[in-house]
Amino acid sequence: MVRELGIGLALVLLVAVTTIYNPRFLNAQSRKDLMLGATILVVLAVGQAIVVITRNVDLSVGSVLGLSAFATGKLFLAMSETPIVLAVLAGVGLGLLCGIVNGALIAVARVPALVVTLGTLYVFRGVDYSWAAGQQINAADMPSGFKRMGTATLLGIPVLALFAIAVLVFAGYYLRNYRSGREMYAIGSDPEAARLSGIPVGWRVFTAMAISGALAGLAGVLHAARFGTLDAAAGNGIELQVVAAVVVGGVAIFGGSGSVYGAALGALLLSTIGSALPVLRIDPFWQQAVVGALILAAIGLDRALTARIADRLRGRRARGA
Amino acid sequence: MPEQPSNGATLLALSGVSKSFGAVRALVDGQLELRAGEVHALVGENGAGKSTLVKILAGVHSPDGGVLTLDGEPSTFTGPADARGAGIAVIYQEPTLFPDLSVTENIFMGRQPLRGLRRIDAASMRRRTAELFARLGVHLDPDRPARGLSIADQQLVEIAKALSFDARVLVMDEPTAALSGVEVERLFAVVRSLRESGAAILFISHRFDEVFALCQRITVMRDGRWVSTDRVEDLDVGQVVRRMVGREISQLYPKQQTQAGDVALEVRDLTRQGVFENVSFTLRRGEIVALAGLVGAGRSEVVRAVFGVDRYDSGEILVDGVRLPRGKPAAAISAGVALVPEDRRQQGLVMELSIERNATLPRRWSLARLGLLGPRVEREDAFGWTQRLQVKAGALSDPVSTLSGGNQQKVVLAKWLSTSPKVLIVDEPTRGIDVGTKAEVHRLMSQLAADGVAVLMVSSELPEVLGMADRVLVMHEGRLVEEIARERADEESVMLAATGQSSGGAA
Repeated sequence: MVRELGIGLALVLLVAVTTIYNPRFLNAQSRKDLMLGATILVVLAVGQAIVVITRNVDLSVGSVLGLSAFATGKLFLAMSETPIVLAVLAGVGLGLLCGIVNGALIAVARVPALVVTLGTLYVFRGVDYSWAAGQQINAADMPSGFKRMGTATLLGIPVLALFAIAVLVFAGYYLRNYRSGREMYAIGSDPEAARLSGIPVGWRVFTAMAISGALAGLAGVLHAARFGTLDAAAGNGIELQVVAAVVVGGVAIFGGSGSVYGAALGALLLSTIGSALPVLRIDPFWQQAVVGALILAAIGLDRALTARIADRLRGRRARGA
Repeated sequence: MPEQPSNGATLLALSGVSKSFGAVRALVDGQLELRAGEVHALVGENGAGKSTLVKILAGVHSPDGGVLTLDGEPSTFTGPADARGAGIAVIYQEPTLFPDLSVTENIFMGRQPLRGLRRIDAASMRRRTAELFARLGVHLDPDRPARGLSIADQQLVEIAKALSFDARVLVMDEPTAALSGVEVERLFAVVRSLRESGAAILFISHRFDEVFALCQRITVMRDGRWVSTDRVEDLDVGQVVRRMVGREISQLYPKQQTQAGDVALEVRDLTRQGVFENVSFTLRRGEIVALAGLVGAGRSEVVRAVFGVDRYDSGEILVDGVRLPRGKPAAAISAGVALVPEDRRQQGLVMELSIERNATLPRRWSLARLGLLGPRVEREDAFGWTQRLQVKAGALSDPVSTLSGGNQQKVVLAKWLSTSPKVLIVDEPTRGIDVGTKAEVHRLMSQLAADGVAVLMVSSELPEVLGMADRVLVMHEGRLVEEIARERADEESVMLAATGQSSGGAA
């Protein structure tokens, strides 16, 4: 909770300073852009957080997003009458399939997730490129209903952002209130103890990878709806931003602690920095440096907090004895 | 077999159970019969196969051979969840908690009480935790994280976990090793009430007073085999010890008489906050000094600090009167200190590398010519040492992981002996090694001491400590509480000091 509060505070501070510098930063259009800009990263960060909580990582999300976005475009090219619901389901299904491939490789080959998803990052992207074969899908080819979803708002909130909020709330509730959700934390906290307490470790990690894949698929559909123009390079390199958002959001990289809310706030903070720095007339070079510094600060804070808690608990015991 | 007074039915039984890990035969012939309403003791030396047997009961390992019967029906457990479903609760020697999660969540992980839509009922979970703690008489905050709990508190959480689902069979692997007198009494009261309610309890302990006070029958194991099962009334401590060891201790530990020489190592007021405090001792040439104590007393941490692998907050370490810099293993090695670590797979060897390369690793610079290390130099050098220590290996170029545990340990010893150390520190030198190799390792240590090396040995095996050491230093909760000379050292004096019940110990 403390960590989520800290990130929230940093976010408020950033928005406040930027708005004082340039009041237009918070007008209706700009607010909408901020939310839209964060949407895809939030969806990916929620999936990544679940994976990282189990002491794994999914580096293939960018490629899965690209594949799913392009598939959505292809689907509409082939059948422009496809209902939006079906397109969303198709994207999610494709992502789920990719996640299942990742999960199966980890479970069957007993190879660390880092290596498996580094491999599938290239494999999925390769499939994407060879399928696209240089083709670009233009916004004009997309049905207008789908494009409208990319810009429509409900009570001032973009529809796409509502997807992200729904995903976040569901994931947060699941991790908090369901046995399998708590077991994800247990696995990340101590995999060996998890095995001894009869938790199906392999199966849960598989599930986490599948969820991450499905959410990356959803992010692909959202990407298609937002940008309209698609080629095979969509989402290239976004995986590192996602991992950064999760770490900044207070999810321990060695698993076991943190929340999807924190990860979502981390994603919101990173994307807001991206929009705020140009307004503040700061060199784009610094944007990367700021993100890097944030990651280091988050990790440093994590260490310091852990050490302090351990010290305090030990001290309490020493006095009590 | 005599009739039981409790006349309990057999709940769980093992017969002819075996289990091997690679070339190591951890269990050859395991037998056990747990009856309702009975506390059954399982005793044996370290490495006798008790923990392997426990893991088979827990469903962690599936046996290679033999039969497990549950309520008279032959059964197999496919995993820990299976065993738990059958009503078997296991408290392991080393607590297995999730440090990031709350105490409550640790107790109910995987079995949380549910409300509508299969959601976790956090309120009732918390209430039940409070009830369990009240029943155990423990004062712990149910919401605090498990990280930072003392070993005794962790053990209590494990016990609460076992109580939380009304287990029919409760297996406790040395549950009292880290508990104080009051906590042990409380645990025993709980165990007795469980027994009266008809549970079968397996109790593993090295403390014979507890075994005789609590248990109705005793099973003795040695070298992975069942030796005997008898009623407590028909046994005394002496008989049990003889069956455990199977031979006279004097034969097993070929200690040579040596003359202690100059001080080789001096440790003054070594302190690391929260781990060990004001540890001071000296070690003379030709001496074997044992550092005894319970698991978690801080022994390994002290020797690791001496060697410079772990940091320490204050105090100093002198080798031959020269102060060692802090946290520099390279300096310790060049001053003539060698450490054979506790965990040879993780810390003692590079498992994928060849035997010869492992054996020459600390001297890779001195063996090199013009900065290049040729394979022939390594091989010739390693050959000499492996011959001397009688390492049984196929080829020296084989990965060290192909060797048996005992031979791996000899390679670790070869590696450090080749540096001609003045001070040799061995941490659990014979853990997980078969009896024959054990004796060889002991003979070697004795020989080294006779040659004037100062040997500091950390060991949890009392017979080893008593058989090998000229002096026994006993640690309890991070403090050096007692120094016992060889003549006065016996199981009782060491165990009393280690559990903090001697003159200086805390209540």
